[in-house]
Amino acid sequence: MTVNPSGWRPTAPTNASDCGPETVTGNRALQLEEPLLFEGGRLDQTGVDLPDAKHSPARLGGLERNRDIGLPGLSEPEAVRHYTRLSRQNYAIDLGLFPLGSCTMKHNPRLNEKVARMPGFADVHPLQPQETVQGALRVIDELASWLLDLSGMHSVAMSPKAGAHGELCGLLCIRSALEARGDPREVVLVPESAHGTNPATAAFAGYRVESIPANKAGRVDLDALRARLGPDVAAVMITNPNTCGLFEPEMIEISEAVHAAGAFVYCDGANFNAIVGRVRPGDLGIDAMHINLHKTFSTPHGGGGPGSGPVVLSKALAPFGPLPFVAKGADGTCKLVEEENSGEEHPNAFGRMTAFHGQMGMFTRALTYILSHGADGLRQVAEDAVLNANYVLRSLADVLDAPFASAGPCMHEAIFSDKGFAEGLGTIDLAKALIDEGFHPMTMYFPLVVHGAMLVEPTETESKAALDQFIAAMRSIAERAKAGDEGLKSAPVYAPRRRLDETLAARKPVLVYREPVQAKAAE
Amino acid sequence: MRYLPLSDTDRSQMLQAVGAKSIDDLFVDVPKAARLDGLVRGLPLHASELAVERHMGALSKANMVAGEVPFFLGCGAYRHHVPASVDHIIQRGEFLTSYTPYQPEIAQGTLQVLFEFQTQVARLFGCDIANASMYDGSTACWEAVLMAGRITRREKAILSSGLHPHYVSVCNTMAKFTGDTLQSGEPTLSAETDAEHLIAGIDEQTSAVVVQYPDILGRITDLTPIAEAAHAKGALLIAVVTEPVALGLIKSPGEMGADVVVGEGQSIGVGLQFGGPYVGLFACNEKFVRQMPGRLAGETVDAEGKRGFVLTLSTREQHIRREKATSNICTSSVLCALAFTAHLTLLGEKGLRRLASLNHARACEVADRLAAIPGVSLVNDGFFNEFTLELPVEARPAVHAMVEKGVLGGVSLGRLYPDSPALANGLVVAVTETVTDEDIDVLEAALKEVAK
Repeated sequence: MTVNPSGWRPTAPTNASDCGPETVTGNRALQLEEPLLFEGGRLDQTGVDLPDAKHSPARLGGLERNRDIGLPGLSEPEAVRHYTRLSRQNYAIDLGLFPLGSCTMKHNPRLNEKVARMPGFADVHPLQPQETVQGALRVIDELASWLLDLSGMHSVAMSPKAGAHGELCGLLCIRSALEARGDPREVVLVPESAHGTNPATAAFAGYRVESIPANKAGRVDLDALRARLGPDVAAVMITNPNTCGLFEPEMIEISEAVHAAGAFVYCDGANFNAIVGRVRPGDLGIDAMHINLHKTFSTPHGGGGPGSGPVVLSKALAPFGPLPFVAKGADGTCKLVEEENSGEEHPNAFGRMTAFHGQMGMFTRALTYILSHGADGLRQVAEDAVLNANYVLRSLADVLDAPFASAGPCMHEAIFSDKGFAEGLGTIDLAKALIDEGFHPMTMYFPLVVHGAMLVEPTETESKAALDQFIAAMRSIAERAKAGDEGLKSAPVYAPRRRLDETLAARKPVLVYREPVQAKAAE
Repeated sequence: MRYLPLSDTDRSQMLQAVGAKSIDDLFVDVPKAARLDGLVRGLPLHASELAVERHMGALSKANMVAGEVPFFLGCGAYRHHVPASVDHIIQRGEFLTSYTPYQPEIAQGTLQVLFEFQTQVARLFGCDIANASMYDGSTACWEAVLMAGRITRREKAILSSGLHPHYVSVCNTMAKFTGDTLQSGEPTLSAETDAEHLIAGIDEQTSAVVVQYPDILGRITDLTPIAEAAHAKGALLIAVVTEPVALGLIKSPGEMGADVVVGEGQSIGVGLQFGGPYVGLFACNEKFVRQMPGRLAGETVDAEGKRGFVLTLSTREQHIRREKATSNICTSSVLCALAFTAHLTLLGEKGLRRLASLNHARACEVADRLAAIPGVSLVNDGFFNEFTLELPVEARPAVHAMVEKGVLGGVSLGRLYPDSPALANGLVVAVTETVTDEDIDVLEAALKEVAK
């Protein structure tokens, strides 16, 4: 069939800025601009039909609202369009490779979403009598049991709401254990390459933070660590695999040294995806580790949460874990251990970290994911994640500086530096050019121990074809960066927005919408 | 395995490309003693979608579903009807499967949503500004206490006895480690709140007074005198809102002088979800912006002068500031914030006010009918959609007995305050627009039976 009998062919613009005339609307075909809700909505518009209330005198203690709130509404078609248009200005895993290092942006299976919405999980109240929520409690118990088997640890605290909340949980267990033995200590050691949450959490838990250096191979400097350990050190926070994408080969020696000094080992489990099913943290001497269900176990990131950060604990720390938690009786029924029964069941609990039982919606998704994979699938996850990262590393090591590539394989993420780029061009320029190629950039400028770091984590849910396309794009941009192609500075060209002025945003913060008159008055 | 695209051929080609003989070569850095030779023992193997759905479906069915029975529970989590379009919106893959908007050029969707969310929360709470969400109400509450400490450089906070006991518990847990002093107590079964007692307790060492509005028993108290008393001594007033729908009908805490208003956003858009994930709301006076925890979306322009949004003031945050950050929070609750803002956008001012009126009218009706049961009395004078009854019997067994009759009849104060005999007969009943006339009949009949 001939589609175009006239033989007419479109002519392409010769350069990127020549993308055709300005449009009246500011839209460009499928690239649709969307005003703020406050510019389009009206106070008298609503997208929800509600019956009139039966009239009765209010019993509000004389505190009736007597001014407008200022909340515009939209009818349903307008609202659906507003959010759909906005959604199209986002990049997402559903659209393509999202190699954000240490973030484990893998595919989010839709079965998990379906299960999380089953009424028995989504429509139960956290304070329902326990005989009415046995299924929900069993989900928590089953997931806990998998996490223990996979980690080889002694117990698990399920309630922490995200990774950083899990870190806090682990450190509070450590602090409680030290205080219980009458040996309060003041310092937590954190490697320079750690996630920012590690030192922030240690400070939040009341500790002074000191950093420990990395050696040339990108690992914790064991001699420097040994030299610093002493009676004032409460814990060492290690990320393993670490933020350079490398396994700490001396992890067992590190743990032994820390334990010999009377301190505890906290492991940041953000990178558990690299080792799940192949290595159990319990075999490495770790005392506490949070597991980001929103990384390794694929609960969706949602643009910045919700996450979930259960913490696995060693035998030494288990007695101090937080309330509430689920305990399974001999007859198979589950019960919550809360403040009222913790006296008999768990007398040394350090307390409660959140109002209810944790992120149930994430537990159902993570358990669904785990059951789908099984022991064999999970091991394959780690192997494919590591293979994909090494494939990226070896495919780019001749065009990009890969500071640790000569020392051996990486784990689930590959790290590169901006060494060799032409004067004036840096990691950010490569990252922004990657946007124009249809990829989300890698993690940039982290960890700080590598100059202009680019941390690439492809995950196991990328096909070889997707990786090959990414590698081709990276190679091309890297060559341009080395050749001094100033065009990189103007990237991205094809994104919904060009580079944004972050300095202006911080200097004159505009954090809420103000109607033009109001905004003028505020100036 | 349906989620893993690599074929065995791909794997062997790729191993060859990286110069490895087998996958084990890539795990050489793992100490031998810690290498698992085979699968973790005793665990099942991968399963089909159908098999997993069956397993999870069976677990789901082993719960009493709120929407399938007469349901009257509140105390920090409320059941409202959520429009179908809200769930559709949060399941858009571009929202669901995106990350924290670190690359703003390709995250304007999330960033604009957060800017709109911040504006809605600030207006609802009567504050200047709000952040882009916290984990939940309880953790937002503790972060507010910490922030007040940073602002006032004082370490003693007074928690109202009307504050949700789990929130008190979270604060007490954290204060043990930070060294802050917290004063708290348990409520009494009375229409009077502890406002006067709070006012009397404020002194020059007080960093903040924390008051829930409406409180755990559903009572509503004028915050103005508490704010004035706090300000007179250089302390802040932190208001905690666990049922934001109430603010469609009653004055906002900000209007009454609260400096920081935090809350649980679950009741708008998010659903019950057995306690999580929820969404913490955090709003305050603009002058405290640099002491705020959490992410902030802000307006700016791009290289062509077009309006756009970015995460801003990140020098407060852990990834820049490390141990000097205002909080350790990183991932928060953005997808739940989207559900909240989408639902609130569908409601609009008009819908929210109507929803709030409907809730209040329904609650008034139920309160009168239940208080007419012999031996049962209504504790509250004022309330929004939740009130406390004093029963002639202990409420905790009464709740279980009502379950036997197929009714989720409320939260007993015995569950929340197990060590307080004085509260044992208290039953907190929440009534939203989801309650039907039949539900009320069934509850009334059940309570008559069990309150004998």
